Amino acid sequence: MNWQDTLIQVLIILGQSLALLVALLIFIAFILLADRKIWAAVQLRRGPNVVGPFGLLQSFADLLKFVLKEPTIPSGANKAIFLLAPLVTCVLALAAWAVVPIAPGWVIADLNVGVLYIFAISSLGVYGIIMGGWASNSKYPFLAALRSAAQMVSYEVSIGFVIITVLMCAGSLNLSEIVEAQNGRFGFLGWYWLPLLPMFVIFFVSALAETNRPPFDLVEAESELVAGFMTEYGSTPYLLFMLGEYVAIMTMCAMGTILFLGGWLSPIPFAPFTWVPGLVWFVLKLCFMFFLFAMAKAMVPRYRYDQLMRLGWKVFLPISLVAVVVVAGVLHFTGTAPQ
Amino acid sequence: MSVAAAFFYLFAFVLVASAFMVISSRNPVQSVLFLILAFVNAAGLFILIGAEFLALILVVVYVGAVAVLFLFVVMMLDVDFVELRQGFLQYLPVGVVVGLIFLAELVLVVGAWVTGPGVSSAVKSSPGGIATESNVRAIAQVLYTDYIYFFQAAGFVLLVAMIGAIVLTLRHKVNVRRQNITAQVTRSSTIEVVKVRPGQGL
Repeated sequence: MNWQDTLIQVLIILGQSLALLVALLIFIAFILLADRKIWAAVQLRRGPNVVGPFGLLQSFADLLKFVLKEPTIPSGANKAIFLLAPLVTCVLALAAWAVVPIAPGWVIADLNVGVLYIFAISSLGVYGIIMGGWASNSKYPFLAALRSAAQMVSYEVSIGFVIITVLMCAGSLNLSEIVEAQNGRFGFLGWYWLPLLPMFVIFFVSALAETNRPPFDLVEAESELVAGFMTEYGSTPYLLFMLGEYVAIMTMCAMGTILFLGGWLSPIPFAPFTWVPGLVWFVLKLCFMFFLFAMAKAMVPRYRYDQLMRLGWKVFLPISLVAVVVVAGVLHFTGTAPQ
Repeated sequence: MSVAAAFFYLFAFVLVASAFMVISSRNPVQSVLFLILAFVNAAGLFILIGAEFLALILVVVYVGAVAVLFLFVVMMLDVDFVELRQGFLQYLPVGVVVGLIFLAELVLVVGAWVTGPGVSSAVKSSPGGIATESNVRAIAQVLYTDYIYFFQAAGFVLLVAMIGAIVLTLRHKVNVRRQNITAQVTRSSTIEVVKVRPGQGL
Protein backbone atom coordinates (compact mmCIF):
# COMPACT_ATOMS: atom_id res chain seq x y z
CA MET A 1 0.00 0.00 0.00
CA ASN A 2 1.52 3.32 -1.01
CA TRP A 3 1.15 6.57 0.88
CA GLN A 4 -1.71 7.90 -1.25
CA ASP A 5 -3.91 4.94 -0.29
CA THR A 6 -3.05 5.43 3.36
CA LEU A 7 -3.88 9.13 3.10
CA ILE A 8 -7.22 8.43 1.42
CA GLN A 9 -8.11 5.88 4.11
CA VAL A 10 -7.25 8.33 6.88
CA LEU A 11 -9.35 11.01 5.18
CA ILE A 12 -12.30 8.61 4.83
CA ILE A 13 -12.14 7.71 8.53
CA LEU A 14 -11.88 11.39 9.44
CA GLY A 15 -14.94 12.18 7.31
CA GLN A 16 -16.94 9.33 8.85
CA SER A 17 -16.00 10.40 12.37
CA LEU A 18 -16.94 14.00 11.63
CA ALA A 19 -20.29 12.99 10.15
CA LEU A 20 -21.09 10.79 13.16
CA LEU A 21 -20.00 13.53 15.57
CA VAL A 22 -22.16 16.21 13.95
CA ALA A 23 -25.19 13.89 13.70
CA LEU A 24 -24.74 12.80 17.32
CA LEU A 25 -24.43 16.34 18.65
CA ILE A 26 -27.51 17.56 16.77
CA PHE A 27 -29.42 14.48 17.96
CA ILE A 28 -28.37 15.22 21.53
CA ALA A 29 -29.50 18.84 21.22
CA PHE A 30 -33.03 17.58 20.57
CA ILE A 31 -32.75 14.76 23.11
CA LEU A 32 -31.93 17.38 25.75
CA LEU A 33 -35.05 19.29 24.77
CA ALA A 34 -37.09 16.07 24.81
CA ASP A 35 -35.79 15.34 28.31
CA ARG A 36 -37.01 18.73 29.57
CA LYS A 37 -40.31 18.46 27.69
CA ILE A 38 -41.09 14.98 29.04
CA TRP A 39 -40.17 16.08 32.54
CA ALA A 40 -42.40 19.12 32.17
CA ALA A 41 -45.31 17.11 30.75
CA VAL A 42 -45.23 14.69 33.70
CA GLN A 43 -45.42 17.68 36.05
CA LEU A 44 -48.18 19.34 33.96
CA ARG A 45 -45.89 22.19 32.88
CA ARG A 46 -45.16 23.37 29.35
CA GLY A 47 -41.38 23.17 29.44
CA PRO A 48 -39.20 25.32 27.18
CA ASN A 49 -41.51 26.86 24.55
CA VAL A 50 -40.11 30.27 23.67
CA VAL A 51 -37.13 29.79 21.34
CA GLY A 52 -38.36 28.60 17.94
CA PRO A 53 -41.59 26.68 17.30
CA PHE A 54 -42.49 24.57 20.39
CA GLY A 55 -39.12 25.61 21.85
CA LEU A 56 -37.32 23.39 19.35
CA LEU A 57 -34.27 25.67 19.21
CA GLN A 58 -33.90 25.95 22.99
CA SER A 59 -30.75 23.79 23.10
CA PHE A 60 -29.04 25.95 20.48
CA ALA A 61 -29.88 29.09 22.44
CA ASP A 62 -28.41 27.43 25.53
CA LEU A 63 -25.28 26.56 23.57
CA LEU A 64 -24.81 30.20 22.54
CA LYS A 65 -25.39 31.35 26.11
CA PHE A 66 -22.77 28.99 27.55
CA VAL A 67 -20.16 29.73 24.90
CA LEU A 68 -20.52 33.51 25.17
CA LYS A 69 -20.26 33.57 28.97
CA GLU A 70 -16.96 34.29 30.69
CA PRO A 71 -15.28 31.21 32.14
CA THR A 72 -14.25 31.67 35.74
CA ILE A 73 -11.60 29.65 37.56
CA PRO A 74 -11.58 29.74 41.38
CA SER A 75 -8.30 31.13 42.73
CA GLY A 76 -7.71 28.11 44.97
CA ALA A 77 -8.30 25.60 42.16
CA ASN A 78 -5.67 23.43 40.54
CA LYS A 79 -5.95 25.17 37.19
CA ALA A 80 -4.68 22.45 34.83
CA ILE A 81 -6.78 19.63 36.29
CA PHE A 82 -9.77 21.97 36.71
CA LEU A 83 -9.83 22.63 32.96
CA LEU A 84 -8.81 19.08 32.01
CA ALA A 85 -11.76 17.47 33.83
CA PRO A 86 -14.60 18.63 31.53
CA LEU A 87 -12.48 17.83 28.48
CA VAL A 88 -11.85 14.29 29.78
CA THR A 89 -15.57 13.77 30.43
CA CYS A 90 -16.60 14.99 26.99
CA VAL A 91 -13.86 13.34 24.91
CA LEU A 92 -14.20 9.94 26.60
CA ALA A 93 -17.97 9.98 26.19
CA LEU A 94 -17.67 10.77 22.49
CA ALA A 95 -14.88 8.20 21.95
CA ALA A 96 -17.21 5.36 22.90
CA TRP A 97 -19.30 6.00 19.77
CA ALA A 98 -16.43 4.86 17.52
CA VAL A 99 -17.54 1.22 17.85
CA VAL A 100 -21.34 1.61 17.94
CA PRO A 101 -22.90 0.02 14.83
CA ILE A 102 -25.87 2.18 13.85
CA ALA A 103 -26.85 0.14 10.76
CA PRO A 104 -25.45 -2.99 9.03
CA GLY A 105 -21.82 -2.12 8.27
CA TRP A 106 -22.22 1.48 9.48
CA VAL A 107 -19.56 1.56 12.14
CA ILE A 108 -16.30 3.51 12.25
CA ALA A 109 -14.20 0.80 13.93
CA ASP A 110 -15.60 -2.74 13.76
CA LEU A 111 -13.57 -4.00 16.73
CA ASN A 112 -13.59 -7.66 17.73
CA VAL A 113 -13.79 -6.57 21.33
CA GLY A 114 -16.31 -3.75 20.85
CA VAL A 115 -18.27 -4.54 24.02
CA LEU A 116 -15.12 -4.43 26.12
CA TYR A 117 -14.10 -1.15 24.48
CA ILE A 118 -17.37 0.57 25.40
CA PHE A 119 -17.22 -0.95 28.89
CA ALA A 120 -13.65 0.30 29.35
CA ILE A 121 -14.36 3.79 28.02
CA SER A 122 -17.51 4.23 30.08
CA SER A 123 -15.66 3.10 33.20
CA LEU A 124 -13.21 5.95 32.62
CA GLY A 125 -16.05 8.49 32.76
CA VAL A 126 -15.65 8.66 36.53
CA TYR A 127 -12.29 10.42 36.14
CA GLY A 128 -13.84 13.61 34.80
CA ILE A 129 -16.02 13.81 37.90
CA ILE A 130 -13.26 12.96 40.40
CA MET A 131 -10.79 15.37 38.79
CA GLY A 132 -13.35 18.17 38.61
CA GLY A 133 -14.46 17.61 42.18
CA TRP A 134 -10.95 17.54 43.56
CA ALA A 135 -9.48 20.36 41.47
CA SER A 136 -12.28 22.78 42.43
CA ASN A 137 -10.77 22.89 45.94
CA SER A 138 -14.21 23.30 47.46
CA LYS A 139 -16.13 21.12 49.88
CA TYR A 140 -19.33 20.30 47.98
CA PRO A 141 -17.59 19.29 44.74
CA PHE A 142 -15.18 17.15 46.73
CA LEU A 143 -17.98 15.30 48.52
CA ALA A 144 -19.69 14.78 45.19
CA ALA A 145 -16.49 13.35 43.70
CA LEU A 146 -16.18 10.85 46.56
CA ARG A 147 -19.80 9.80 46.18
CA SER A 148 -19.54 9.34 42.45
CA ALA A 149 -16.33 7.32 42.66
CA ALA A 150 -18.01 4.81 44.96
CA GLN A 151 -21.28 4.82 43.02
CA MET A 152 -19.88 4.33 39.53
CA VAL A 153 -17.41 1.63 40.56
CA SER A 154 -20.19 -0.31 42.33
CA TYR A 155 -22.63 -0.35 39.43
CA GLU A 156 -19.96 -1.11 36.83
CA VAL A 157 -19.58 -4.54 38.42
CA SER A 158 -23.19 -5.56 37.87
CA ILE A 159 -23.22 -4.06 34.35
CA GLY A 160 -20.17 -6.23 33.61
CA PHE A 161 -21.96 -9.41 34.67
CA VAL A 162 -25.09 -8.49 32.73
CA ILE A 163 -22.96 -7.98 29.63
CA ILE A 164 -21.37 -11.40 30.20
CA THR A 165 -24.77 -13.12 30.08
CA VAL A 166 -25.50 -11.47 26.72
CA LEU A 167 -22.06 -12.40 25.42
CA MET A 168 -22.63 -16.03 26.32
CA CYS A 169 -25.90 -16.05 24.36
CA ALA A 170 -24.41 -14.25 21.35
CA GLY A 171 -21.01 -15.96 21.36
CA SER A 172 -19.12 -12.84 20.31
CA LEU A 173 -17.72 -9.59 21.67
CA ASN A 174 -18.29 -7.83 18.37
CA LEU A 175 -21.29 -5.49 18.60
CA SER A 176 -22.41 -6.12 15.00
CA GLU A 177 -22.30 -9.88 15.55
CA ILE A 178 -24.29 -9.53 18.78
CA VAL A 179 -27.02 -7.76 16.79
CA GLU A 180 -26.91 -10.41 14.06
CA ALA A 181 -27.16 -13.16 16.68
CA GLN A 182 -30.58 -11.76 17.67
CA ASN A 183 -31.83 -11.95 14.09
CA GLY A 184 -34.36 -14.78 14.01
CA ARG A 185 -37.83 -15.85 12.91
CA PHE A 186 -39.62 -14.39 15.90
CA GLY A 187 -38.68 -10.75 15.37
CA PHE A 188 -38.73 -8.69 18.53
CA LEU A 189 -39.73 -11.72 20.62
CA GLY A 190 -36.37 -13.31 19.81
CA TRP A 191 -34.30 -10.36 20.98
CA TYR A 192 -32.47 -10.81 24.26
CA TRP A 193 -34.74 -8.53 26.30
CA LEU A 194 -37.30 -11.35 26.62
CA PRO A 195 -35.17 -14.41 27.46
CA LEU A 196 -32.89 -12.25 29.61
CA LEU A 197 -35.62 -9.97 31.01
CA PRO A 198 -34.24 -9.75 34.59
CA MET A 199 -30.85 -8.87 33.14
CA PHE A 200 -32.42 -6.13 31.00
CA VAL A 201 -34.01 -4.59 34.10
CA ILE A 202 -30.72 -4.75 36.02
CA PHE A 203 -28.90 -3.26 33.04
CA PHE A 204 -31.37 -0.39 32.80
CA VAL A 205 -31.20 0.48 36.51
CA SER A 206 -27.41 0.13 36.56
CA ALA A 207 -27.18 2.35 33.48
CA LEU A 208 -29.16 5.01 35.34
CA ALA A 209 -26.71 4.77 38.23
CA GLU A 210 -23.66 4.64 35.98
CA THR A 211 -24.63 7.84 34.17
CA ASN A 212 -25.67 9.63 37.38
CA ARG A 213 -29.22 10.03 36.16
CA PRO A 214 -32.11 10.47 38.59
CA PRO A 215 -33.08 8.61 40.79
CA PHE A 216 -29.36 8.01 41.35
CA ASP A 217 -28.12 11.57 40.80
CA LEU A 218 -26.56 11.79 44.26
CA VAL A 219 -23.48 13.25 42.62
CA GLU A 220 -25.36 16.46 41.91
CA ALA A 221 -28.13 16.23 44.50
CA GLU A 222 -29.01 19.92 44.70
CA SER A 223 -30.66 19.72 48.09
CA GLU A 224 -27.48 18.33 49.65
CA LEU A 225 -24.51 19.31 47.50
CA VAL A 226 -25.51 22.54 45.68
CA ALA A 227 -24.61 21.35 42.15
CA GLY A 228 -22.20 18.58 43.11
CA PHE A 229 -18.92 18.41 41.25
CA MET A 230 -20.09 21.15 38.85
CA THR A 231 -20.58 23.78 41.58
CA GLU A 232 -17.50 25.82 40.67
CA TYR A 233 -17.94 25.46 36.91
CA GLY A 234 -19.58 27.86 34.51
CA SER A 235 -19.79 28.71 30.80
CA THR A 236 -17.97 26.39 28.36
CA PRO A 237 -16.44 23.93 30.90
CA TYR A 238 -19.90 23.44 32.39
CA LEU A 239 -21.30 22.95 28.90
CA LEU A 240 -18.70 20.24 28.27
CA PHE A 241 -19.70 18.44 31.47
CA MET A 242 -23.37 18.54 30.49
CA LEU A 243 -22.59 17.41 26.96
CA GLY A 244 -20.39 14.55 28.21
CA GLU A 245 -23.15 13.46 30.57
CA TYR A 246 -25.78 13.33 27.82
CA VAL A 247 -23.42 11.62 25.37
CA ALA A 248 -22.74 8.99 28.05
CA ILE A 249 -26.50 8.56 28.50
CA MET A 250 -26.91 8.06 24.75
CA THR A 251 -24.05 5.53 24.81
CA MET A 252 -25.86 3.57 27.51
CA CYS A 253 -29.10 3.76 25.46
CA ALA A 254 -27.16 2.48 22.44
CA MET A 255 -25.70 -0.34 24.54
CA GLY A 256 -29.18 -1.33 25.71
CA THR A 257 -30.45 -1.17 22.13
CA ILE A 258 -27.64 -3.34 20.79
CA LEU A 259 -27.47 -5.88 23.61
CA PHE A 260 -31.19 -6.31 24.32
CA LEU A 261 -33.33 -4.67 21.64
CA GLY A 262 -31.75 -6.05 18.48
CA GLY A 263 -29.87 -2.94 17.31
CA TRP A 264 -30.87 -2.07 13.74
CA LEU A 265 -33.13 -5.13 13.26
CA SER A 266 -36.77 -4.67 12.33
CA PRO A 267 -39.13 -5.72 15.17
CA ILE A 268 -41.39 -7.62 12.75
CA PRO A 269 -39.28 -9.75 10.42
CA PHE A 270 -41.23 -9.62 7.14
CA ALA A 271 -41.68 -7.52 4.05
CA PRO A 272 -42.97 -3.98 4.60
CA PHE A 273 -41.11 -3.60 7.87
CA THR A 274 -37.77 -4.96 6.64
CA TRP A 275 -37.74 -2.35 3.85
CA VAL A 276 -37.30 0.39 6.44
CA PRO A 277 -33.57 1.21 6.72
CA GLY A 278 -31.81 -0.18 9.80
CA LEU A 279 -30.77 3.32 10.84
CA VAL A 280 -34.42 4.30 11.38
CA TRP A 281 -35.09 1.32 13.65
CA PHE A 282 -31.88 2.03 15.56
CA VAL A 283 -32.79 5.67 16.17
CA LEU A 284 -36.36 4.73 17.15
CA LYS A 285 -35.05 2.21 19.69
CA LEU A 286 -32.57 4.78 20.96
CA CYS A 287 -35.44 7.22 21.48
CA PHE A 288 -37.46 4.52 23.27
CA MET A 289 -34.58 3.79 25.64
CA PHE A 290 -34.14 7.50 26.30
CA PHE A 291 -37.86 7.87 26.96
CA LEU A 292 -37.47 5.26 29.71
CA PHE A 293 -34.54 7.25 31.13
CA ALA A 294 -36.56 10.47 31.03
CA MET A 295 -39.65 8.90 32.64
CA ALA A 296 -37.49 7.44 35.43
CA LYS A 297 -36.16 10.95 36.06
CA ALA A 298 -39.65 12.42 36.16
CA MET A 299 -41.37 9.79 38.27
CA VAL A 300 -38.94 8.29 40.79
CA PRO A 301 -37.74 10.10 43.93
CA ARG A 302 -34.01 10.24 44.61
CA TYR A 303 -32.40 7.31 46.44
CA ARG A 304 -30.66 7.73 49.75
CA TYR A 305 -26.95 7.00 49.58
CA ASP A 306 -26.90 3.89 51.79
CA GLN A 307 -29.88 2.47 49.87
CA LEU A 308 -28.00 3.05 46.62
CA MET A 309 -25.01 1.08 47.88
CA ARG A 310 -27.25 -1.67 49.25
CA LEU A 311 -29.02 -2.02 45.91
CA GLY A 312 -25.73 -2.24 44.00
CA TRP A 313 -23.79 -4.64 46.21
CA LYS A 314 -26.43 -6.69 48.01
CA VAL A 315 -29.14 -7.02 45.36
CA PHE A 316 -27.79 -6.55 41.84
CA LEU A 317 -24.37 -8.15 42.29
CA PRO A 318 -25.64 -11.50 43.71
CA ILE A 319 -28.52 -11.66 41.22
CA SER A 320 -26.29 -11.01 38.23
CA LEU A 321 -23.64 -13.45 39.51
CA VAL A 322 -26.24 -16.20 39.85
CA ALA A 323 -27.64 -15.27 36.44
CA VAL A 324 -24.23 -15.81 34.80
CA VAL A 325 -24.12 -19.34 36.25
CA VAL A 326 -27.75 -20.09 35.34
CA VAL A 327 -27.47 -18.78 31.77
CA ALA A 328 -24.22 -20.68 31.22
CA GLY A 329 -25.80 -23.88 32.61
CA VAL A 330 -28.93 -23.56 30.49
CA LEU A 331 -26.92 -22.86 27.33
CA HIS A 332 -24.61 -25.79 28.02
CA PHE A 333 -27.19 -28.41 28.94
CA THR A 334 -29.74 -27.52 26.28
CA GLY A 335 -26.99 -27.48 23.67
CA THR A 336 -28.00 -24.01 22.48
CA ALA A 337 -24.62 -22.43 23.24
CA PRO A 338 -23.13 -20.72 20.16
CA GLN A 339 -20.11 -22.48 18.72
CA MET B 1 8.89 5.01 9.12
CA SER B 2 5.62 3.15 9.20
CA VAL B 3 2.55 4.34 11.09
CA ALA B 4 2.84 1.51 13.62
CA ALA B 5 6.43 2.43 14.42
CA ALA B 6 5.48 6.09 14.86
CA PHE B 7 2.72 5.11 17.29
CA PHE B 8 5.08 2.76 19.13
CA TYR B 9 7.57 5.57 19.76
CA LEU B 10 4.76 7.93 20.77
CA PHE B 11 3.24 5.49 23.28
CA ALA B 12 6.62 4.36 24.57
CA PHE B 13 7.88 7.91 25.05
CA VAL B 14 4.73 9.08 26.85
CA LEU B 15 4.73 5.89 28.94
CA VAL B 16 8.29 6.38 30.16
CA ALA B 17 7.85 10.13 30.64
CA SER B 18 4.65 9.73 32.65
CA ALA B 19 6.18 6.89 34.70
CA PHE B 20 9.00 9.30 35.55
CA MET B 21 6.50 12.00 36.46
CA VAL B 22 4.75 9.55 38.83
CA ILE B 23 7.79 9.52 41.11
CA SER B 24 8.96 13.09 40.55
CA SER B 25 5.66 14.95 40.80
CA ARG B 26 5.22 16.92 44.04
CA ASN B 27 1.49 16.42 44.33
CA PRO B 28 0.35 12.82 44.98
CA VAL B 29 -2.92 13.37 43.10
CA GLN B 30 -0.94 14.40 40.04
CA SER B 31 1.24 11.31 40.55
CA VAL B 32 -1.82 9.08 40.38
CA LEU B 33 -3.08 10.89 37.28
CA PHE B 34 0.29 10.33 35.60
CA LEU B 35 0.10 6.68 36.66
CA ILE B 36 -3.24 6.46 34.84
CA LEU B 37 -1.66 8.05 31.76
CA ALA B 38 1.08 5.40 31.95
CA PHE B 39 -1.52 2.60 32.13
CA VAL B 40 -3.40 3.94 29.13
CA ASN B 41 -0.21 4.18 27.08
CA ALA B 42 0.74 0.63 28.06
CA ALA B 43 -2.69 -0.41 26.75
CA GLY B 44 -1.81 1.37 23.50
CA LEU B 45 1.39 -0.67 23.23
CA PHE B 46 -0.61 -3.87 23.79
CA ILE B 47 -2.94 -2.92 20.94
CA LEU B 48 0.04 -2.31 18.64
CA ILE B 49 1.25 -5.89 19.09
CA GLY B 50 -2.26 -7.23 18.46
CA ALA B 51 -3.23 -8.07 22.04
CA GLU B 52 -6.41 -6.01 22.12
CA PHE B 53 -8.07 -8.15 24.80
CA LEU B 54 -5.20 -7.64 27.25
CA ALA B 55 -5.16 -3.92 26.44
CA LEU B 56 -8.83 -3.46 27.24
CA ILE B 57 -8.64 -5.63 30.37
CA LEU B 58 -5.75 -3.44 31.52
CA VAL B 59 -7.92 -0.35 31.03
CA VAL B 60 -11.00 -1.88 32.68
CA VAL B 61 -9.24 -3.35 35.71
CA TYR B 62 -6.35 -0.99 36.41
CA VAL B 63 -7.56 2.34 35.07
CA GLY B 64 -11.27 1.84 35.64
CA ALA B 65 -11.16 0.28 39.10
CA VAL B 66 -7.78 0.09 40.85
CA ALA B 67 -6.58 3.60 39.99
CA VAL B 68 -9.97 5.06 40.97
CA LEU B 69 -9.46 3.62 44.45
CA PHE B 70 -5.87 4.97 44.53
CA LEU B 71 -7.16 8.40 43.61
CA PHE B 72 -9.96 8.04 46.15
CA VAL B 73 -7.48 7.41 48.97
CA VAL B 74 -4.84 9.90 47.85
CA MET B 75 -7.36 12.73 47.50
CA MET B 76 -8.36 12.33 51.12
CA LEU B 77 -4.78 12.42 52.44
CA ASP B 78 -3.98 15.54 54.38
CA VAL B 79 -0.19 15.57 54.15
CA ASP B 80 2.18 18.48 54.58
CA PHE B 81 4.53 17.93 51.68
CA VAL B 82 7.26 20.27 52.95
CA GLU B 83 7.47 18.24 56.13
CA LEU B 84 7.43 15.03 54.14
CA ARG B 85 10.51 16.00 52.15
CA GLN B 86 12.60 16.93 55.21
CA GLY B 87 13.96 13.46 55.91
CA PHE B 88 14.86 12.90 52.26
CA LEU B 89 18.66 12.83 52.64
CA GLN B 90 18.44 10.74 55.78
CA TYR B 91 16.54 7.95 54.00
CA LEU B 92 18.42 8.24 50.72
CA PRO B 93 21.02 5.46 51.40
CA VAL B 94 18.32 2.96 52.40
CA GLY B 95 16.31 3.86 49.31
CA VAL B 96 19.33 3.46 47.04
CA VAL B 97 20.09 0.02 48.52
CA VAL B 98 16.48 -1.16 48.04
CA GLY B 99 16.46 0.21 44.50
CA LEU B 100 19.72 -1.55 43.64
CA ILE B 101 18.43 -4.87 44.99
CA PHE B 102 15.29 -4.52 42.87
CA LEU B 103 17.35 -3.66 39.79
CA ALA B 104 19.63 -6.67 40.32
CA GLU B 105 16.65 -8.97 40.76
CA LEU B 106 15.02 -7.63 37.62
CA VAL B 107 18.20 -8.21 35.62
CA LEU B 108 18.45 -11.75 37.01
CA VAL B 109 14.83 -12.51 36.14
CA VAL B 110 15.10 -11.16 32.61
CA GLY B 111 18.44 -12.92 32.08
CA ALA B 112 17.07 -16.31 33.16
CA TRP B 113 13.77 -16.00 31.26
CA VAL B 114 12.38 -19.45 30.45
CA THR B 115 9.15 -20.12 28.59
CA GLY B 116 7.08 -22.89 30.15
CA PRO B 117 7.34 -26.29 28.42
CA GLY B 118 3.62 -26.40 27.60
CA VAL B 119 3.37 -22.95 26.01
CA SER B 120 4.66 -23.61 22.53
CA SER B 121 2.59 -26.79 22.15
CA ALA B 122 -0.49 -24.99 23.51
CA VAL B 123 -0.04 -22.18 21.02
CA LYS B 124 0.35 -24.65 18.18
CA SER B 125 -2.54 -26.86 19.27
CA SER B 126 -5.12 -24.05 19.06
CA PRO B 127 -6.72 -24.55 15.66
CA GLY B 128 -5.61 -21.93 13.20
CA GLY B 129 -2.90 -20.56 15.48
CA ILE B 130 -2.81 -17.25 17.33
CA ALA B 131 -2.59 -15.08 14.24
CA THR B 132 -5.92 -16.02 12.68
CA GLU B 133 -7.91 -16.49 15.85
CA SER B 134 -9.50 -13.79 17.93
CA ASN B 135 -7.58 -12.90 21.07
CA VAL B 136 -10.36 -13.81 23.46
CA ARG B 137 -10.82 -17.30 22.04
CA ALA B 138 -7.08 -18.01 21.99
CA ILE B 139 -6.55 -16.90 25.59
CA ALA B 140 -9.61 -18.79 26.81
CA GLN B 141 -8.51 -21.96 25.06
CA VAL B 142 -5.14 -21.95 26.81
CA LEU B 143 -6.37 -20.62 30.14
CA TYR B 144 -9.33 -22.96 30.65
CA THR B 145 -7.72 -26.14 29.37
CA ASP B 146 -3.97 -26.40 30.03
CA TYR B 147 -3.79 -23.95 32.93
CA ILE B 148 -7.17 -24.51 34.57
CA TYR B 149 -5.66 -25.55 37.95
CA PHE B 150 -3.39 -22.51 38.09
CA PHE B 151 -6.33 -20.34 37.13
CA GLN B 152 -8.49 -21.81 39.90
CA ALA B 153 -5.63 -21.51 42.39
CA ALA B 154 -5.26 -17.82 41.53
CA GLY B 155 -9.00 -17.43 42.08
CA PHE B 156 -8.75 -19.06 45.51
CA VAL B 157 -5.87 -16.78 46.51
CA LEU B 158 -7.99 -13.76 45.62
CA LEU B 159 -10.97 -15.20 47.50
CA VAL B 160 -8.86 -15.73 50.63
CA ALA B 161 -7.57 -12.15 50.36
CA MET B 162 -11.12 -10.87 49.99
CA ILE B 163 -12.39 -12.80 52.99
CA GLY B 164 -9.39 -11.58 54.96
CA ALA B 165 -10.19 -7.96 54.13
CA ILE B 166 -13.81 -8.46 55.15
CA VAL B 167 -12.83 -10.12 58.44
CA LEU B 168 -10.41 -7.28 59.24
CA THR B 169 -13.07 -4.62 58.84
CA LEU B 170 -16.01 -6.51 60.31
CA ARG B 171 -17.32 -4.91 63.51
CA HIS B 172 -20.31 -6.15 65.40
CA LYS B 173 -21.93 -3.12 66.98
CA VAL B 174 -24.67 -3.41 69.51
CA ASN B 175 -27.48 -0.87 69.69
CA VAL B 176 -27.41 -0.20 65.96
CA ARG B 177 -30.87 0.15 64.46
CA ARG B 178 -30.81 -1.14 60.93
CA GLN B 179 -33.33 -0.52 58.21
CA ASN B 180 -35.30 -3.60 57.25
CA ILE B 181 -36.30 -2.74 53.71
CA THR B 182 -38.47 -5.82 53.13
CA ALA B 183 -40.51 -5.13 56.25
CA GLN B 184 -40.87 -1.47 55.25
CA VAL B 185 -42.03 -2.24 51.75
CA THR B 186 -44.47 -4.98 52.73
CA ARG B 187 -46.21 -3.06 55.52
CA SER B 188 -49.63 -1.92 54.45
CA SER B 189 -51.06 0.17 57.28
CA THR B 190 -49.06 3.36 56.76
CA ILE B 191 -48.89 3.59 52.98
CA GLU B 192 -51.83 4.28 50.75
CA VAL B 193 -51.66 4.20 46.97
CA VAL B 194 -53.85 6.93 45.50
CA LYS B 195 -54.84 7.31 41.88
CA VAL B 196 -54.35 10.99 41.08
CA ARG B 197 -56.27 12.34 38.11
CA PRO B 198 -54.23 14.65 35.84
CA GLY B 199 -55.08 18.34 36.15
CA GLN B 200 -57.22 17.91 39.23
CA GLY B 201 -54.97 16.71 41.99
CA LEU B 202 -56.26 15.11 45.15
